[in-house]
Amino acid sequence: MKQLKLMIILVTCLPLFLVYVQPSEVKGFTSQVIQHGATGNDVIELQARLQYLGFYNGNIDGVFGWGTYWALRNFQYEFGLDIDGLAGEETKAKLTKASNYDKNYVIEQIEKGKDFTHYGGVDKNKQTEPSKNNKKPNNQNNTSANENNNNNSANQDQNKNTDSTTNEKDMEPTAVNVPQGFSQNDITLMANAVHGEARGEPYEGQVAVAAVILNRVESPTFPNTVSGVIFEPRAFTAVSDGQIWLTPNDSARRAVLDAINGWDPTGEAIYYFNPNTATSSWIWSRPQIKQIGKHIFCM
Amino acid sequence: MFRWLLIGLLSISVVGVSVWGYQEHQEKNAILIQAENDYQRSFHDLTYYIDLLHDKIGSTLAMNSKEQISPQLAEIWRITSLAHNDVGQLPLTLIPFNKTEEFLSEMGDFSYRVAIRDLEKSPLTDEELQSFESLYKMSSQIESELRKVQNLVLNDNLRWMDVQLALINNDDQADNTIIDGFKTVEKTVEGYSEGKLNASLMGTSSKKDGFQMLGDKKVTEEQAEKKFRDLMDLDKDTEVSITKTGDGANIPTYSFSFSKEDLSGYGDISQNGGYPITIMLNREVKDAEISLHEGMNKAKKYLTNFPFDDLALIESNQYDNVGVYHFVPSQDDVWIYPDAIQVKVALDNGSILGFVGKDYYENHKERKIPSDIISVEDAKSKVNPKLKIEDQHMAIIENDLGEEVITHVFLGTLNNDTYKIFINAINEREERVEKLKQAETKY
Repeated sequence: MKQLKLMIILVTCLPLFLVYVQPSEVKGFTSQVIQHGATGNDVIELQARLQYLGFYNGNIDGVFGWGTYWALRNFQYEFGLDIDGLAGEETKAKLTKASNYDKNYVIEQIEKGKDFTHYGGVDKNKQTEPSKNNKKPNNQNNTSANENNNNNSANQDQNKNTDSTTNEKDMEPTAVNVPQGFSQNDITLMANAVHGEARGEPYEGQVAVAAVILNRVESPTFPNTVSGVIFEPRAFTAVSDGQIWLTPNDSARRAVLDAINGWDPTGEAIYYFNPNTATSSWIWSRPQIKQIGKHIFCM
Repeated sequence: MFRWLLIGLLSISVVGVSVWGYQEHQEKNAILIQAENDYQRSFHDLTYYIDLLHDKIGSTLAMNSKEQISPQLAEIWRITSLAHNDVGQLPLTLIPFNKTEEFLSEMGDFSYRVAIRDLEKSPLTDEELQSFESLYKMSSQIESELRKVQNLVLNDNLRWMDVQLALINNDDQADNTIIDGFKTVEKTVEGYSEGKLNASLMGTSSKKDGFQMLGDKKVTEEQAEKKFRDLMDLDKDTEVSITKTGDGANIPTYSFSFSKEDLSGYGDISQNGGYPITIMLNREVKDAEISLHEGMNKAKKYLTNFPFDDLALIESNQYDNVGVYHFVPSQDDVWIYPDAIQVKVALDNGSILGFVGKDYYENHKERKIPSDIISVEDAKSKVNPKLKIEDQHMAIIENDLGEEVITHVFLGTLNNDTYKIFINAINEREERVEKLKQAETKY
């Protein structure tokens, strides 16, 4: 009889136990550790949750930039975690527990391309465009965060509901990483030039042409801007004959990014020419470095 | 009747064609003139700036008060950069016009260097005054030669488009006054190159003796190829093509490349010591399966194949489905920024797509870390108090003059922007303030 009672207690407790365990499990996030520079869905959720708690005031754009980094570190400090700026398992668990993430709302705003915020305890309708009317979180926000902590399980249920109704729509980040000192337009312009000059070349030959453009920007004998170098009269045949305005392919873009990030297969060359078509005798007199694909690169 | 009709039709069409041809001709001329005007503007701007530059340098030489010299040099610096821009717009790329550009850039470097210096503490040395005087002479020569060319251009109505055409046709015979004029400018300046700034003043001497750590021991082509195959994990069947660098290279390398159906690769192996300088792999990268963080661990693991000491991650960025990581060595917790290493990782399966060790091999050596450095608190007091400092470390960086200095680095925020501030740990100077980039919104 006693055993049966025990069993009953156990059986009735088990679901409770399960319910208790579930909140600490990471629900929305994937199991990946998120670090500075990352992009994607996890970053959107991270930013939204940090904003919910009032740590993050920037745009929820899906790019883990410096703003997100400091917000995360402050969160880790306030919640007594290791301050490493990485969203690991423990950090994500704490974050999930403390905040509410309205995925549908965030997806909807991103899809509509609206400016929006995701502060906890503020009416959602006030948090979408026009952004000037957005209420910044005030002290009231902290209390609401605490409340959240208290009736956590209720929130969690609600969370689960929203999660299950979402049919795993993919969110695209609304921003992109760009290397320091370059804009997307610079990259596009360079990709245009590289495509026009070297679209038949192997990949390293394309990186090489992009590297030459950058070496020229650095060089004292050439203009100091990307556009200055590219549009320098007679510097690039693709500019003179209009081939620069062809739409660049993906490979040209990647080559440009590689070159900006430090890849230079040319060994700091500032000139290159095609030995089959070059007419100027002057170019042959330059000290040559090496040949990549059809181009000879020289100083 | 029929004949008259035919004649009428023919004459109408003749008139029509000539009207059309005339219009085309007009349009072509308009565009030619437009291009010509651009060249003319650049050229006349250039001569004007050189005039101005000459006057400014002269008056600076006559100045004594430090309060005046600094802004004057800043002004010179600004004008050199404007003149430099104009040179770049002239169709002179393939005729040797380097000397004039070099003069401009040397003048710019010199004026900048002195203008940002506290002349109260370290006034102009005799050497610097000499350099300055020789630059002054160079400027006067260039000025007078350019004026001659300008005079010819204006008097004889010379057109830059003709220069352009002469250059395109590579017509050496053509008696082209402008080209000749510029060649004279070039010759004159060349005569002065002896009086150039000496290397130690230019702060480029450290670059010259780079790549010391590669050693003198040459490796054979076969050894280098084996290294390349190991690094790329290539089987015996894959064909690898090899080229050697020519005499223009500042570091002799063997360059390898291969191409398979879905994968191609490229690598530079130094002839001295056989170190990999650049590695690149290119393939279609599928959707990201692993995180940027996991990619970093792969990159770190990859770098254990190299003889690098402690490495610190200074930047990681995800571009679509690839992660790019910038590492610097850390010596006694001082980050050595000039010795940067880059690794690129595909985030679909975590394979390495690229590696750059050029900066490391060029600059790396055991640094002396001085003991008489100022404390973090002292350095912090030099930072703009409006900044909220979030993080801090020590680093060796190359300052604006190209010298390596030891600094306290502070990462701080002001409003929504993050800044990196480098405070010299010896003389407390604010060496550099960088605003760190934010993600850019997609258009």
